[in-house]
Amino acid sequence: MSETAPTSPTVTTSATSATSATATTRAAIDTRVVMDAEQISRACARMAHQILEANRGAADLMLLGIPTRGVDLAHRLAAAMADVEGVTIPTGSLDITMYRDDLRRQPTRAVGHTHLPSGIENAVVVLVDDVLYSGRTVRAALDALGDLGRPRAVRLAVLVDRGHRQLPIRADHVGKNLPTAASERVRVRLEEVDGVTEVSISRPAGPPPEPASGADDLAEEH
Amino acid sequence: MRHLLSAGDLSLGEVMEILDLAEEMSAVQDRPVKKLPALRGRTVVNLFFEDSTRTRSSFEIAGKWLSADVINVSAKGSSVSKGESLRDTVMTVAAMGVDALVIRHMASGAPWQVTGWVDAHVLNAGDGTHEHPTQALLDAFTMRRHFRALDGSDLRGRTVAIVGDITHSRVARSNVLLLQTLGAKVVLVAPPTLLPSGIDSWPVAVSHDLDAVLPAVDAVMMLRVQRERMSGGYFPTPREYTIGYGLTRNRLAALRKGVPICHPGPMNRGLEISAEAADAASSLVLSQVAAGVAVRMAVLYQLLGGADEMPLTRVREAVA
Repeated sequence: MSETAPTSPTVTTSATSATSATATTRAAIDTRVVMDAEQISRACARMAHQILEANRGAADLMLLGIPTRGVDLAHRLAAAMADVEGVTIPTGSLDITMYRDDLRRQPTRAVGHTHLPSGIENAVVVLVDDVLYSGRTVRAALDALGDLGRPRAVRLAVLVDRGHRQLPIRADHVGKNLPTAASERVRVRLEEVDGVTEVSISRPAGPPPEPASGADDLAEEH
Repeated sequence: MRHLLSAGDLSLGEVMEILDLAEEMSAVQDRPVKKLPALRGRTVVNLFFEDSTRTRSSFEIAGKWLSADVINVSAKGSSVSKGESLRDTVMTVAAMGVDALVIRHMASGAPWQVTGWVDAHVLNAGDGTHEHPTQALLDAFTMRRHFRALDGSDLRGRTVAIVGDITHSRVARSNVLLLQTLGAKVVLVAPPTLLPSGIDSWPVAVSHDLDAVLPAVDAVMMLRVQRERMSGGYFPTPREYTIGYGLTRNRLAALRKGVPICHPGPMNRGLEISAEAADAASSLVLSQVAAGVAVRMAVLYQLLGGADEMPLTRVREAVA
């Protein structure tokens, strides 16, 4: 689950129409690819090495991806770690929808799939997500984990850290640090879901819009 | 979705969404902490004007596992026994600021009536001989799970026999509507006296011969003989009912291997279902009860999990 931009609680009719008008313009404006498939693959391989190094091997490791793209990234990391260490790291998914702090601000959200490959008790859980932005998704994931058991440690691996944290959270393993403006959108696309693998960044034209007011159409974009 | 009044109100997409969500919810049963924070701060009132064990308690557990506050009000021991009207009771409860009302009432259409009086979400937990949508959803959930485990298929194209007192059964009505949406074929089996008038217009096949139907079906749903709703004369004796329409030991043997048996409960063992059938390996009766919690969690989440839409009464005020 990707993070939306900080939401403004008040949505007026005029603001909504203004936003949708801007969204149309923005889509056409200045999108550039910052990571291609090759670079993403290299970043995953490096992160796989780093995770194994920090853990001094594969013992007790478990990868839990946050749906949607975090799950596919977790599987990519697991594959890369299998190449390095020759072991299969238990890999699963952790849906955080019902732990979100903005649940009540949107129409009912679809709940994703949670799959634990084994018990998380005393495991070293590495949470995997595509983009780290406000930190709210990770906060929700930590709460969700707490209800499932007590891991020995929890680490965080993200493909892109774009800054603008709203909570005291940082990643242990980062594929790419990407300085952004809050008005920009970062979009991770993966072959498994989107048919193409790349990270792109779009800059809106004109004055920065109220971020993500009301609509959830930015959910997969950052 | 604002209310859940009839199984017929749900589109195929909405049904699938609820069933898939219920699969996720059912995982909570196996967790060390049986609690999800999704409905924190929401209040759900179970308003039961008729006796119930499983529906009321499973709605209560479902609400609590989603962190809602759940309050039970039953007709016995409340002001209803002092002669308070449905409207006054509902308005009183609603005035306390509840988010959802789960209503069971002996009058068909009572939950629908209530939606015009209050802003809260209304869930039909059984109204007279009309509908019981969450029961149909949990039946579909249980059967779908069974078929998926068997050969990976779902309910589309399956033939389901619903056997027994169709006239008085809200379970049968909701199941017919939901199974039709899911693309299953329904055969209703009952003596002519227990089939409602106008059955010709239902999207079902009708039979009076259980023995002829059983070998061909993919699932059997036995209905309870509801003696409390009958004023006699529907069949000569209980024994004759069992001979004609009970799922006896012999009939159990006539079913194809692995055909699941459902019963919404409470069972009259020895009347509509034999002990052998109730306790058979292919009996899904207890799975149905477990599914009841997961399905009701899914429904409560769908109704209460997001932002509040403007309720109809407020829309009317805004327009006026």
